[in-house]
Amino acid sequence: MTTIGVLGLQGAFREHVRSVEATGAKALVVKRIEQLKEIDGLIIPGGESTTIRRLIDKYEFLEPIRDFGKSGNPIFGTCAGLILLASEIDGSYDVHLGVMDIKVRRNAFGRQRESFEADLDIEGVAEGFNAVFIRAPYIEGVGENTKVLARYDGHIVAAQEGHYLACSFHPELTDDHRLTEHFVEMVEEAKKTLAL
Amino acid sequence: MAQTGTDRVKRGMAEMQKGGVIMDVVNAEQAKIAEEAGAVAVMALERVPADIRAAGGVARMADPTIVEEVMNAVSIPVMAKARIGHITEARVLEAMGVDYIDESEVLTPADEIYHIKKDDYTVPFVCGCRNLGEATRRIREGASMLRTKGEPGTGNIVEAVSHMRQVQSQIRHLRGLSEDEVMVYAKENGAPFDLLMEIREEGRLPVVNFAAGGIATPADASLMMQLGADGVFVGSGIFKSNNPEKFARAIVEATTHYDDYKLIGELSKGLGTAMKGMEMSTLTPEQRMQDRSQ
Repeated sequence: MTTIGVLGLQGAFREHVRSVEATGAKALVVKRIEQLKEIDGLIIPGGESTTIRRLIDKYEFLEPIRDFGKSGNPIFGTCAGLILLASEIDGSYDVHLGVMDIKVRRNAFGRQRESFEADLDIEGVAEGFNAVFIRAPYIEGVGENTKVLARYDGHIVAAQEGHYLACSFHPELTDDHRLTEHFVEMVEEAKKTLAL
Repeated sequence: MAQTGTDRVKRGMAEMQKGGVIMDVVNAEQAKIAEEAGAVAVMALERVPADIRAAGGVARMADPTIVEEVMNAVSIPVMAKARIGHITEARVLEAMGVDYIDESEVLTPADEIYHIKKDDYTVPFVCGCRNLGEATRRIREGASMLRTKGEPGTGNIVEAVSHMRQVQSQIRHLRGLSEDEVMVYAKENGAPFDLLMEIREEGRLPVVNFAAGGIATPADASLMMQLGADGVFVGSGIFKSNNPEKFARAIVEATTHYDDYKLIGELSKGLGTAMKGMEMSTLTPEQRMQDRSQ
């Protein structure tokens, strides 16, 4: 059985667990480094990226998560999770995990009153996907190996680079589990490859 | 077409704060300390509740200069308080771009009967509640997030515990009721019937419920999380202690790992003096902020 870990330091991790379980995979809330051994893929949820980063540092998660990804295990970052995966962040902010070749802008659509929901087409994954953007970042630029999956108003809001997946909206807040399913499929594929 | 201010966007914002600590601050410097310590949001105020208590008189919305100063200092969300029923204070805060408004009993109510009709706003609201009746009335008025009222500015957790337990216990009770019984329960508690039916079905409130009003130590934060709080507001507790940086960090960690008692023991070592605190029986009825709204 495929087990998807959801980083449970802060944020909407229970919603991701619900979404993973709806796809038929097993979900595990990851609060300790040792738990990374028990999972096949990791979701880094939405929350406050500054807060999650402080807790990642506090519990020395940074290197273990990087290693987890480097060994070929898929990682999916949503909203704050996307910021944590990015190799470049606008302004003076420190890069966090930096495993994905994307440049992001934080709070790019504005403050909470500018937060919105809109229907998107996610290439090869879903058409008419109801995406919820909350103080969301967007991707300003991607590397040559990064595939753009969705745009909103001209801005990149979902992308994939090999076994790394990121989106600036919250797929866990609706009952549309197609993007989570796509990630679970990525994890199942990676599992087969890693088993060889 | 993009839609702003939907329930999903407003309630979703509060979902992102789960497992986190929201700290009261009165200036940019405190806001930075809070952000640095890992707060998920700050509440910009002119005075923390303990000082509002001490000052007496009418407590109003903070000076917009303070709110702006805090908004410019941090990248985490900024909340601010409006008086209960004060439509204009809330509209002013919304126009300023505040991320969340607390329609709060900590300030002197502007309206002793009616709360703000919060679903008219694009900005989300948090409100206090002591029981399921208050919780559901606030949700129907448009609150996207709830918190216990507790007894603010006392550093005494006893009321927050009672309010969190009361809501949880009423939800459990509700789950066992038949549909005809729910109607009577709705009448007795002044709660909207359809919303009770929804809560009975789901087994939980449709919005997050944080703990607030009297949290003074890491152990208090952990206690509230164990009782089912989705996160924690700390008002006077941090900046009324004698080592705010350390206190703030310890409360954040105790909230994340609320069931790790060894860690909480470590966190509680040498923290210095917590705020002094007040015993409930020393409060006169007029001093009880929680009774300012129903």
